[in-house]
Amino acid sequence: MSIWSDLGIVYALLGAAVAVFLAGAGSAIGVGIAGQAASGVVTEDPSKFAKVLIMQLLPGTQGIYGLLVGFITLSKIGLLGGGAADISVTTGLLILAACMPIGIVGLISGKYQGKTSAAAIGIIAKKPDQFGKAMLFPAMVETYAILALLISILSVTAISI
Amino acid sequence: MAVLQMQRISICALKKDRKAILEKVQSMGAIEINHVVEDDEAFGRMDTMNARQSFDKKAQLADQALAVLGTYAPEKSSMLSSLEGKRLVEQEMFSKAAANKEKIIATANRLVGCNKEIAESKANILKLENQIESLTPWLALDVPMNHPGTDNVAMLVGMMPGELTLEGIYAEIAKQNPELDAVDVHIIASDRDAVYLTVFCLKAEEDAVEEALRSAGFARPSQVTDKIPAQLKAELEAEILKLNKKIEKKETEIAGCADRREELKLISDYFRIRSEKYEVLGTLPQSQRTFIMSGYTTAEAVPAVLKAVGDKYDCVIDVEDLKEDEEPPTVLKNNSFSSSVEGVVASYGLPHKGEFDPTTIMSFFYVFFFGLMLSDAAYGAIMAIVCFVLLRKYPRMSEGMHKSIKMFMFCGISTLFWGVLFGGYFGDVIPVFSEKFFGTAVNIKELWFVPLNDPMRLLIYSMLFGVIHLFIGLGIKGYMCLKDGKVLDFFCDVVLWYAFLTGLILMLLPSDIFASIAQAEIQFPPAVNTLAKALAIIGAVGLLLMSGRSSKNPALRIALGAYDLYNITGWLSDVLSYSRLLALGLATGVIASVVNQMASMIGSGVIGVIAFVIVFIVGHTLNMAINLLGAYVHTNRLQFVEFFSKFYEGGGKPFEPFHSDTKYVDIKEETL
Repeated sequence: MSIWSDLGIVYALLGAAVAVFLAGAGSAIGVGIAGQAASGVVTEDPSKFAKVLIMQLLPGTQGIYGLLVGFITLSKIGLLGGGAADISVTTGLLILAACMPIGIVGLISGKYQGKTSAAAIGIIAKKPDQFGKAMLFPAMVETYAILALLISILSVTAISI
Repeated sequence: MAVLQMQRISICALKKDRKAILEKVQSMGAIEINHVVEDDEAFGRMDTMNARQSFDKKAQLADQALAVLGTYAPEKSSMLSSLEGKRLVEQEMFSKAAANKEKIIATANRLVGCNKEIAESKANILKLENQIESLTPWLALDVPMNHPGTDNVAMLVGMMPGELTLEGIYAEIAKQNPELDAVDVHIIASDRDAVYLTVFCLKAEEDAVEEALRSAGFARPSQVTDKIPAQLKAELEAEILKLNKKIEKKETEIAGCADRREELKLISDYFRIRSEKYEVLGTLPQSQRTFIMSGYTTAEAVPAVLKAVGDKYDCVIDVEDLKEDEEPPTVLKNNSFSSSVEGVVASYGLPHKGEFDPTTIMSFFYVFFFGLMLSDAAYGAIMAIVCFVLLRKYPRMSEGMHKSIKMFMFCGISTLFWGVLFGGYFGDVIPVFSEKFFGTAVNIKELWFVPLNDPMRLLIYSMLFGVIHLFIGLGIKGYMCLKDGKVLDFFCDVVLWYAFLTGLILMLLPSDIFASIAQAEIQFPPAVNTLAKALAIIGAVGLLLMSGRSSKNPALRIALGAYDLYNITGWLSDVLSYSRLLALGLATGVIASVVNQMASMIGSGVIGVIAFVIVFIVGHTLNMAINLLGAYVHTNRLQFVEFFSKFYEGGGKPFEPFHSDTKYVDIKEETL
């Protein structure tokens, strides 16, 4: 039984890991999808490089949000300062749960934002002057990642150790 | 802060002044040509297609010549040269170039011709090199490849696939035709794919020998020359050398024309302007002696046109207000601060006819929100300084670019302001660095509070800013309703919503949910609580009854009202959307502190400081770039989606006046 009761810190760290790797994976997929479309445009018209690069970077924010939550979690549980706090199983699981939203939403929204970005890159290829509008469609997807981030941050900071 | 008033201006003048008036109007660039006159017998139109095409072609020729010059005599340009904008040239210089146009076009022709010759020579060299390559295996052969042999002996030249040895070939011949024995095979060369050989045999048996070899895969070479291969190779190489010399000569000839670049630019623009002029000329209705030009212009440009055209030439100028059904182009005019975000408004869509110009109000919120999202004093200072220096250094950059850079400068100042309030200077670099290298942590006190320590507080403020932003949007809608005299619409669509939302907010503030979020309880006197309930109920009932007022059917009307009431969820999600102000602000600060932490982990002493500086520069550059992008995208989004959806449609046409649309230079206006 005793080993189970020591696992609090492990759950907490698992939470940070989930936030970083799921959201990061989402961004990697999204940036990858958008990058393929961007490369296609640049082969035809290298002058659009700056615009399509911005579009490609849009799905990259989920990874940053994941990192953000991961970092807050790490500093919360004291792993960054050296001395890890004594964390009960309940608290550990609470932290794990708190990290879930940004991880899962980050993964899914990252992928779909990437697809939307790829489509928006299509707009830029044909109508470069519509940059403002094209940028908006991927930004719509990101809203949900931001909402998830918000809940994750609020939960992590609210959990008392 | 407004959309400029447009007027229709029509000029009717004598044909003898046509050229002069057209050129004057073009150089002023104040009129967007738009004709209302239908074709009839009195008025005809000139066909200017051919003239335009020839001008376009010449402009293109000059562009091509410039491209050629750019390849062989590149112009020195820095990374920021795209910011420099078009050079201003004197009218006199431009006229001089125009007078010399034949000569300059001849130069352009020569440059393009040189380039073509170079391309042809390069193609020839490639062909010759291929020839040499196919000749290479035969170099050891010291007779011509099509040597006819002697009176009795024939020579066969060819190759066989695979790695064959001399014995193998003899064996192959013997196998195919055992009767042949007067055969002498010489291998000239062999490589992995084939052996190259000459075969001597009796003339009488030539066909039989070739037949035997062929069934073993023998083939004559595709190219046969009547020269000795080595000699031919030398000749080909000499020819390549000659071609290379020619290319070099042409290249120096092109490079020698580098000083003609300016002339070419001028002439390219000259023909571009003329082409545009002829395009307009082609649309002008003309009678035998007169012509008419009509179009939109801003009311404030009218006196200048009257003075420049009306006073100088015999003509009739008619200025009238627009008719009801006309959709004129839109020109915005704002003060120096607000005009910097005009590009953002234009990228959503300019206001259509009669619509309110949101630029001024948006500009304040834009800069405010941008700063809140980036919220690092050092990043803001860098942004503001860089933009300021660029604006100073390149005063002639294009207008749109100038506005954007100015906008980022203001956003940088706002970022600096928020960074100071929140105590973020490159994240937490000052305490981290001082603790690591001096032993004591030096803290810069934040002026307000640190968002990471109290995110709930900033969340509440973000939503408060959001509610203000949205209410102002709704207010503009009300203003527009009143301006159009639609008092009922103003009451039903604006006042009722205000009542409903204010009531709901006042009811929410004293509740437990809000108290737990804000960690502070708000107690209202009972009168306010009653007022809140009354407002919410009046608003809700009013909306339920009035939103569907366009429908006669009472059941449908209530259903539409209920549907409109459901929009409260839209308001909720709009307000929640402002939580991105908090999220993006936190992201900047946290990533900055991750960078600082990484930088401080490496070591101490001199090496530690150097490593710290390297990680610091790379990390913060990345963080600043990505968060700048995020702040820009999401500020735009808050304006476009949340704010504009309350009142703004857009869809106006941009004003595209008939002007000198140049590519390389701007021509200085003649003083009147």
